[in-house]
Amino acid sequence: MVENRILLKNCGEIDPGDISSYEGAGGFKALGKARGMSPEAVIEEIKASGLRGRGGAGFPCGAKWELARRSAGDRKYLICNADEGEVGTFKDRYLLQYDPFSLLEGMAIAGYAIGTRDAYIYLRAEYHYLLAGLMKAISQCRDKGYLDDLDIKVQEGAGAYICGEESALMNSIEGKRGESRFRPPFPPEKGLFQMPTIINNVETLANVPHIIQNGAAWFSGLGTEKSKGTKLFCVSGDVSRPGLYELTLGCSLKEVLDLAGVKNIGWVQVGGSTGRVIPPNELETVLSYETVLGSGAVIVFDESRDVLDFVYRTVEFLNEESCGKCTPCREGTEVMKEILGRLVAGDGMEGDVDALEALSEAMMQTSLCGLGQTAPIPVLDTLKYFRDDYENRIRQSVLLRGLKTVNA
Amino acid sequence: MERHQLLGVIKAEQEKRGYVSEEAIAGMAQTLQLSVGDVYGVATFYSFVSTRPLGRHVIRICKSVPCHFQNGETMSGVIERELGIGPGETTADGRFTFDQISCIGACDQAPAMLVDDEVYGGLTPEKIREILQSFD
Repeated sequence: MVENRILLKNCGEIDPGDISSYEGAGGFKALGKARGMSPEAVIEEIKASGLRGRGGAGFPCGAKWELARRSAGDRKYLICNADEGEVGTFKDRYLLQYDPFSLLEGMAIAGYAIGTRDAYIYLRAEYHYLLAGLMKAISQCRDKGYLDDLDIKVQEGAGAYICGEESALMNSIEGKRGESRFRPPFPPEKGLFQMPTIINNVETLANVPHIIQNGAAWFSGLGTEKSKGTKLFCVSGDVSRPGLYELTLGCSLKEVLDLAGVKNIGWVQVGGSTGRVIPPNELETVLSYETVLGSGAVIVFDESRDVLDFVYRTVEFLNEESCGKCTPCREGTEVMKEILGRLVAGDGMEGDVDALEALSEAMMQTSLCGLGQTAPIPVLDTLKYFRDDYENRIRQSVLLRGLKTVNA
Repeated sequence: MERHQLLGVIKAEQEKRGYVSEEAIAGMAQTLQLSVGDVYGVATFYSFVSTRPLGRHVIRICKSVPCHFQNGETMSGVIERELGIGPGETTADGRFTFDQISCIGACDQAPAMLVDDEVYGGLTPEKIREILQSFD
């Protein structure tokens, strides 16, 4: 399968600083079409398309919009999540930089559908260099009247991975620590400032104009039963052509890797820091919501890489970025980091693997949000495929310690 | 001023003075009728906000997995040797603060870093020396 450039079609083709070049490429026709439909019909179209969230969680987009539309409340909010902090993920950066108008058109349609005038784009602080371009695009949309019904504010983050988690993101906009909230209530019912709120990822919203313009049937004709459309895959690591590749959902991991150029694969992590670990004999794995997907990050490691170093680094990241509100995540990632740190330093102990597994179970069952619930995935996956690496490292540590005792 | 503006106010203070002092935190708490602890809690939650003065330029090198495995740690070492400081420290002349941070979304250009608001990817020791020299 070759690339299927729908979201990337404009990137590099249009001038992101000039709205007329986006209009020239057919831009804002979808918004015009949507305004000629009832909001309910727009939501029906998105529902029928099968579009699901592209940030990682994969919630059906139309169903979310419908919940917000039906929620009572004189004020509602639309939030675009541009807090792309997931490790190995850079697709939203690319869209914001090269085709901000598709996102803004998607937001205008979303605002119309759910019935709100108030929208935010939450842009991560690390992407501050994208702010000026984004503001320029917003102002051009305003001048042309495309945002007459929607006031878009850009709220910048201040450096916190967890703020990509929707409830933490809302707390951050409210001027609080970016800590996750207990749910229910879910955002479409009570979100930002306790009002009904829709939070969609940049890539999700950028899909919306294409769906409205070409129809739900066109979109749902792409992909698998539960994964419709295309997906942006961010390939990094030990590849010869790192970058962004857009393929129809249901493609295989191998197809993505072939585009990026790989050899001597040790393993691949798909979906970000808490994504699945794929061993070299499973590269035919299908990429979809039914199988593995996450944020679309594809990080490639060749055979020379140390799998324990990888797991340690990953858990160290999650530990640092845990918001600290719930104990299983805050303490669980801390203890995991301590154990893995010892393993990497050659000071492993018998029972370490058992402890990692027991911790994993507790964290997945009891953590408040997705961070803690999924933090054990890279640990468990590498234990599944590379258990010998763990056990050999521990055995070696035990033997060396014994030798030191004898010599002492 | 309202509560939801707090992070913006904190960031503006960071930008204006290079850090958010205890005095500034107390001032914000007073204005917003919040406890000092509440404001301090927000200010210290975010990695781009500092309660200690930073250098004129802030170098933030990515230490996450994609950069780490493309020589990120070696590049960190180059910066440390060039500047004579470790992560979290500021040079004596106040020119640079150096830090290691989580993924900056430049994995396609690994190893990468931010200097102030600019991304520099495909780092090599030579490139780092050049970049450092370009800042006053």
